[in-house]
Amino acid sequence: MTMKETYRVAIVGAGPAGYYAAQHLLASEDPTVAVDMFDRLPTPWGLVRAGVAPDHPKIKSVSGQFAEIAGHSRYRFFGNIELGRDIARDDLVRHYDAVLYSVGASDERKLGIPGEDLPGSLAASDFVAWYNGHPDHAELAPDLSGRHATVIGNGNVAIDVARMLLLPQEALAATDTADHAIAAFKASNIREVTIVGRRGPVEAAFTTPEIRELSAIEGLDVGIEDPSLLEQEVDPTGPDHKRVQRNLAALVKYGSGSDDGERRLRFLFLRSPVEILGTDRVDGIVLAINKLEERDGRVQAVPTGEHETLATDLVVRAVGYRGKPLPGVPFDAKTATIPHVAGRVVGGEREFVAGWIKRGPSGVIGTNRGDAEESAEQILQGLNGPSSASAPDAITSLIDSTCPDAICHEEWLAIDRSETAAGEAAGRPRVKLVTIEAMLAAARQ
Amino acid sequence: MAYVVTGACIGVLDRACVKVCPVDCIYEGGKMMYINADECVDCGACEPACPTEAIFYEDDLAEDMLVFRDANIAFFDAIGSPGGAKKVGKLDHDAGPAA
Repeated sequence: MTMKETYRVAIVGAGPAGYYAAQHLLASEDPTVAVDMFDRLPTPWGLVRAGVAPDHPKIKSVSGQFAEIAGHSRYRFFGNIELGRDIARDDLVRHYDAVLYSVGASDERKLGIPGEDLPGSLAASDFVAWYNGHPDHAELAPDLSGRHATVIGNGNVAIDVARMLLLPQEALAATDTADHAIAAFKASNIREVTIVGRRGPVEAAFTTPEIRELSAIEGLDVGIEDPSLLEQEVDPTGPDHKRVQRNLAALVKYGSGSDDGERRLRFLFLRSPVEILGTDRVDGIVLAINKLEERDGRVQAVPTGEHETLATDLVVRAVGYRGKPLPGVPFDAKTATIPHVAGRVVGGEREFVAGWIKRGPSGVIGTNRGDAEESAEQILQGLNGPSSASAPDAITSLIDSTCPDAICHEEWLAIDRSETAAGEAAGRPRVKLVTIEAMLAAARQ
Repeated sequence: MAYVVTGACIGVLDRACVKVCPVDCIYEGGKMMYINADECVDCGACEPACPTEAIFYEDDLAEDMLVFRDANIAFFDAIGSPGGAKKVGKLDHDAGPAA
């Protein structure tokens, strides 16, 4: 009787895509797979920890699924290990039967306009990571002393940023927002936020719950600058038309807003930012006025030639995340993704991709499920014959000798317990540790 | 609050919703799908995914659809909250109008 092989797969990136792939691999009975999951942070969960807004605790609770997957006997976690810096792609390919990259898209798309780098002009990717306590952005120190903020972009991240800037203090205090951000929002003078989109409400990427929930925020006045745009016909044969119809219906309820709101949120469509104004810091933004035209089967924003200037104190650009290349791994700089076919890396060697680094930074958390399962299936289909992986302790020996600060699953649980215990004392889901040093200290307790 | 599967699912069970649910809270009954209200995290991914428009946010249910909210709850009387539809697979019972 032959022993059934247990194949070994490395997953780089402990976010939703990585976990959904791990789940599919671990559930396979033939072949049987053991998963070693790596993350550059000591804490797993990717954007569920550092991206999902703190006032969406139910959505963050998807991490319960990840915690369950992590409890599998054939799962190991190696945190605080960065591909390139701490371990090479060649090492992973040598030690494992397959390597899956699910590293997400942590960079931002820039606007490419003058004034973009002025103090007071920020990337949403940095701002969101900052209020969520990501160690890389704890020192951001955004200046919230002004009255008006402009958020560029028409996706859920833009609404998240606007909401966090305008949420009442009491609401924030009960969340796992990083302490430094709670303090900054408490001292903030921002009272009005304008969300600016290049095209119209029909083309906006918002999902309906995000538009609807704005009405439940205490003291917040929401309005659309030009409500007549909401009367547009929605093509019922278009993909996604239901979301668009529901979005328009939700926006219509806000009308143009009222003049006496203490905190105001305005949606301004058909505007492209062309210049950010200011000498030592942002004090205004020039917007080109657009109209919509259909070109090449796509509705595009076309400049009318007219402009307007908005006085503003803070500009946050939320026009998309962008993937970063991994050292030693093929990369398509145009799409900022790793080239693949059904999740198998083109020009790779038993290498695979899942999530945003595979398909680009789009979709919701659940979108990664189907994406990751496709890639995991590709991995499973390629696992035959003898395993080419090294023994489980070969990689741990390598890591012990090169990465003394690596965090294993048990140590992550100690960090988790430390944060949730501090949270319980304060009536919050957790109090986040925001530096690597603090996390390592909690890990070793 | 949660999302609710209603009558347009009966006899269809397309399962496009299951593919996008981040918490695997959509379970398969005999004749239709059911969302576990305790496990649903209100992310809304399922609603636009359904090809027959059978899914609604609880607040958006019309008067004559409320019976499905009750059905989506009653369906789980027998099994509670298993913590993921993958764990239990297709079940052979139904609740409400599909039963």
